[in-house]
Amino acid sequence: MSETLTLRQWLLTDEPTSRRHARLASLYKGWLTLRGNTMAMFGLGILVALVLMALFAPLIAPHDPYVQNLGNRLQPLGSPGHPFGTDSLGRDILSRLIYGSRITLYIVTLVALIAPVAGLLVGTVAGYVGGWVDVILMRVTDIFLAFPRLVLALAFVAALGAGIENAVLAISLTAWPPYARMARAETLTIRASDYISAVRLQGASPVRIITRHIWPLCISSLIVRVTLDMAGIILAAAGLGFLGLGAQPPSPEWGAMISEGRRFILDHWWVATMPGLAIFTVSLAFNLLGDGLRDVLDPKEGSQ
Amino acid sequence: MALTENTRERRVRASLAPWLKGVLVALGSVSITMLGLLFVTFVIGRVMPIDPVLAIVGERASQSTYDAVYEQLGLDKPLLVQFLYYLWDVLHGDFGMSLLNARPVSEDIARVFPATLELATLGTLIGVLLGVPLGVIAAVRRGSWIDQIARVVALVGYSMPIFWLGLMGLLVFYGVLGWVGGPGRLDIFYQDIVPSRTGMILIDSAIAGDWGVFRNAFSHIILPATLLGYYSLAYISRMTRSFMLEQMSAEYVTTARVKGMSERQVIWGHAFRNIRVQLITVIALSYANLLEGSVLTEIIFSWPGIGSYITTALLSADMNAVLGGTVVVGLIFICLNLFSDLLYRVFDPRSK
Repeated sequence: MSETLTLRQWLLTDEPTSRRHARLASLYKGWLTLRGNTMAMFGLGILVALVLMALFAPLIAPHDPYVQNLGNRLQPLGSPGHPFGTDSLGRDILSRLIYGSRITLYIVTLVALIAPVAGLLVGTVAGYVGGWVDVILMRVTDIFLAFPRLVLALAFVAALGAGIENAVLAISLTAWPPYARMARAETLTIRASDYISAVRLQGASPVRIITRHIWPLCISSLIVRVTLDMAGIILAAAGLGFLGLGAQPPSPEWGAMISEGRRFILDHWWVATMPGLAIFTVSLAFNLLGDGLRDVLDPKEGSQ
Repeated sequence: MALTENTRERRVRASLAPWLKGVLVALGSVSITMLGLLFVTFVIGRVMPIDPVLAIVGERASQSTYDAVYEQLGLDKPLLVQFLYYLWDVLHGDFGMSLLNARPVSEDIARVFPATLELATLGTLIGVLLGVPLGVIAAVRRGSWIDQIARVVALVGYSMPIFWLGLMGLLVFYGVLGWVGGPGRLDIFYQDIVPSRTGMILIDSAIAGDWGVFRNAFSHIILPATLLGYYSLAYISRMTRSFMLEQMSAEYVTTARVKGMSERQVIWGHAFRNIRVQLITVIALSYANLLEGSVLTEIIFSWPGIGSYITTALLSADMNAVLGGTVVVGLIFICLNLFSDLLYRVFDPRSK
């Protein structure tokens, strides 16, 4: 009891004793603010549940998501052994949803790693170096921004061939430009500050300045943006899956499951409804968490 | 007298010059962006795993036929020259032949585009007519139940897969309730009655005075248009709310209230007047988004627009059609962006 109290006091101190202490303290204060936001915690809860579900899918899923049973096809909701019913090949929908969370997380994680890093790289280099490098990089960014996202992703998948990895690439290719713009804007304001001049006078190389002194300051707004973008990424991936350009059958990708259920929508509505609800829940969770994080990490951008 | 005239003219010219310069800069940067867009589509077309020659001549053609077509398509030229050819063709409205039906892609696009335009326009209308008042009221009565509703509406709009919502809409309003027409633009019974003038059936049938067709077309378009309208409503109401909040906390609003002006006059006559330009740019953006975002909606509702066209072409590896469609959608997107940008420069004195 007393130990947790001292830990809490240690974290909430106004006079940090070391750099790490200060960093942990500010993280803890951010967490406290976030914890006060019920909706954000609700979103976080859903996402934690999703990750656990994906990790322990073989233990949770009542059936094998790939095993077909034609004698047992299109069972309605709540039928014995199949709480969410079965699809046109007699596969258990609940199990397929549980395994599908792995695919969703896989796509989201990869895109969330590729797009912001690429954007950060382009944006900070453009902002720090300036001159014609800036002009060219930003022009390229504008060109990609000018493309309608889904159509560009469609064209890329068409060129690369359908599949999960190519869907990830296509979505990343359409997702990085806003990050580049944001990182550039931040770099421009940071570049003029005194401490950057000080570091430069000490002889730090541009690479060191960008990676050690500019990137850390761009991270927090980047995280907010990524979290808010996650919903869009999920929707884009589901859209590609729905069009048959993402994950290929028999993979239990949620968008592809909707497309499959579409054929029986009027008579067997649950086949398409359940995966749609799953997509909606997860992207809603990301939006709620993103809103909360924005209030913590980036108060000036927050909704008034 | 002459002198004052002269100075006034000079003053006008002085205030016009930066404005004109801004417009020219915007036009220049847009043409570079367009060039880049064409270059990207060109590159996509070149990395395709499909051999364009084989797709035309077929697998059993002799080597000499193959070579002839290879040369005819200009594939023996350097890439840069090929790109210039491509540029030349596109500038003349020539996107090549569709491999599926051997018709010019530009004709196909001209045929399907009005369907998309009709859908997106009606969607934007719905979004604006509902979204703007909702945003204004949410800002004025901040924290009230209507503000909470506006928040939920927007949140759900940002999180819902549009194709799924479309399916559910079809299921409920068409399948169960039977309130609206099903997929497609018209029932088979009503097809090809009205001569096509604009390609937009609602307008065509109104011109022809055939209200039976009009009613049928309306029952088909209302569900997909409402769906798209909901998405633009989510965006427009959020933006309207934050613009209005900014204005309502400004000092001139307090002054107007102190003067004893009615609240209605303060909101609509003062605050709202000041957000009009911002609002139009937002609406133009959401219109552009609807034109492209209708891809999935068109598929759900079997709507024969540009989105269905691109996707069908994609699934049958008809690359000319895919790239042609992509370029057209991209150009419209850029033009609408340019339009909103120019509007901002011209009408908002603060941006000068």
